[in-house]
Amino acid sequence: MHMADALLSPEVGGVMWVATAGAIAFSAQKLKKQADPGKIPLMGVMGAFIFAAQMINFAIPGTGSSGHIGGGMILVMLLGPSAGFLTIASVLIVQAVFFADGGLLALGCNIFNMGVIPCFLTFPLIYKKFKDNKPYSLRSMAAIMAAVIIALQLGAFSVVLETVFSGVSGVGFYDFLLLMQPIHLAIGVVEGLITIAVINFLAKARPDLIEQGPARQNEQSAAVTAPTTKKIRTRIIIAIVLGTALLTAGIVSWFASSDPDGLEWAFFHTTGKEEPSQPQDDLHRSLQAIQETTAVLPDYNFKNREGTTAHGETAEPATVHSSNNGTSLAGIVGSLLTLVLITSAALLLKIIRKPRTRK
Amino acid sequence: MVLEHSLLNIRKLDTLSLQSSPIHKLDPRSKLITTLGFIITVISFPRYELAQLLPFLLYPLFLLYGGNIPLGYLLKKVAIVSPFALFIAIWGPLTDHEVVFRLFSLPVSAGIISFSSIMLRFLLTVLATLVLIAGTGFIPLCYALIRLKVPTVLATQLLFLYRYLYVLVEEALRMVRAEHIRSLRNKMRFGTFKHILGSLLLRTIDRAERIHAAMMCRGFAGTFRVKKTAAFKTADLFFIVGWVGFFVSARIYNLPLILGNLIMGATA
Repeated sequence: MHMADALLSPEVGGVMWVATAGAIAFSAQKLKKQADPGKIPLMGVMGAFIFAAQMINFAIPGTGSSGHIGGGMILVMLLGPSAGFLTIASVLIVQAVFFADGGLLALGCNIFNMGVIPCFLTFPLIYKKFKDNKPYSLRSMAAIMAAVIIALQLGAFSVVLETVFSGVSGVGFYDFLLLMQPIHLAIGVVEGLITIAVINFLAKARPDLIEQGPARQNEQSAAVTAPTTKKIRTRIIIAIVLGTALLTAGIVSWFASSDPDGLEWAFFHTTGKEEPSQPQDDLHRSLQAIQETTAVLPDYNFKNREGTTAHGETAEPATVHSSNNGTSLAGIVGSLLTLVLITSAALLLKIIRKPRTRK
Repeated sequence: MVLEHSLLNIRKLDTLSLQSSPIHKLDPRSKLITTLGFIITVISFPRYELAQLLPFLLYPLFLLYGGNIPLGYLLKKVAIVSPFALFIAIWGPLTDHEVVFRLFSLPVSAGIISFSSIMLRFLLTVLATLVLIAGTGFIPLCYALIRLKVPTVLATQLLFLYRYLYVLVEEALRMVRAEHIRSLRNKMRFGTFKHILGSLLLRTIDRAERIHAAMMCRGFAGTFRVKKTAAFKTADLFFIVGWVGFFVSARIYNLPLILGNLIMGATA
């Protein structure tokens, strides 16, 4: 599932961007070292293939719905981790700009969730570890299935984490998690089946590609990267640790820098949801909501609400209501006026531009 | 059919990006950087902010009308991708019932404000991204990436992908159409699907080999040579400085509230 810009905070989006940019730079460098010029057009066309393949739908028996391929694991299996990763990244970039699937800032998250995880985690750590040398043996198929499912589970989990850490939406960690993981389990099973089917098809139709292609890759990796696979893995782990550290640092600094409301609110949203049945929960939530609103609109005249967190629990809602009328009216009038101004400016621009283009 | 529709969709954005307007003439780098600044500023607002986000509509609308891009078409695209954001945003009104203020005695809950805020952010960020591509074009954007020191392999990959997108989507379209005509079902069975997908993959790999051979004949050495067409002009400087200045001031000052207070003060 594609993360959207609107659900991200700049901190989370920025950290994921840095992590993803690192992975891209690393893969680009590794590909440069491999120096296989035939791979570049193959990557490009394979990316386009994924696009075309995603548009072919089939009926999922018994459900009435239709499914299509995601294709990440096929790319990694045919191209190898770094080339596969860059191809997935390019597909996601094109999806972001042409179909507005995800967003520019959310690209960091999306490339991480759907690129870094399958290419640098589940492909080397699950598929490669468990498969045997025959492409269509049961063991290899199970390895594909496991790698695909785990990649999707981790991806879904990081969507949940990114959304909750961003704190833009009021979505609860456990609710969201309980929704996302089973959905992506189902998606993972379908995706695994498609991946297995395509790989088996390829193994039958062009065994040279499966046996020679990866074999050639293996040779290459044996020659060039075998000593470095460990290095790569540690580098990836370092990158992940660094990413997590940055994420934590960002959140901690946010806690430290913002007012106590922000801290309490974030704390509440990340930990407090564990006990949704507690009676004080609703009270807390509404209180937090008010605090948040008041903190957000500091110029509104109900600003003096010192000590709300300590004792003003019952009194506060009333003051919000009573004192709010004047300023919120100004806010609404101002907002409407802003809209009118922007629209008229835009229309003016349209009128000015028209004759010039017709000339 | 869905397939044809998405192909037409990319084509339409491409056609829009080939126009000539002051917006299209700007350096792609300045548009890219300004749009990123725009998105970061928009999403940096706290959760319950609504009014202060409104002035930001100015930027996408400016590019839109400055670049002759139809608003209705982009809004349709925004609507198509909105379900995920909608699904997350709806959580607000469902869980957050606290009434924050009343609008003409109509209670407005914090959840509704957060919902509207997320959807407004969504509209702003998606619109800005689509306007960027429609007002710049994908290929100039890739060249901008190269000149912004993005790894050349990635930029080359993007150019390749973009070039073969049409070719392969059309290929897939032909195969699906052939299947559709010959089968009695509306939807494809999995057994057929996997064969179509496999065949498409085979054709793709064959094509890659042919492309590679052809490119080697023509002296391809791993990267595209980029002619420096776009130049950073003073207009670009004004564009970046002006808009980023606007973003920062609209982030710091609550412009709609100031405006509202002015009006209310004048009438009172």
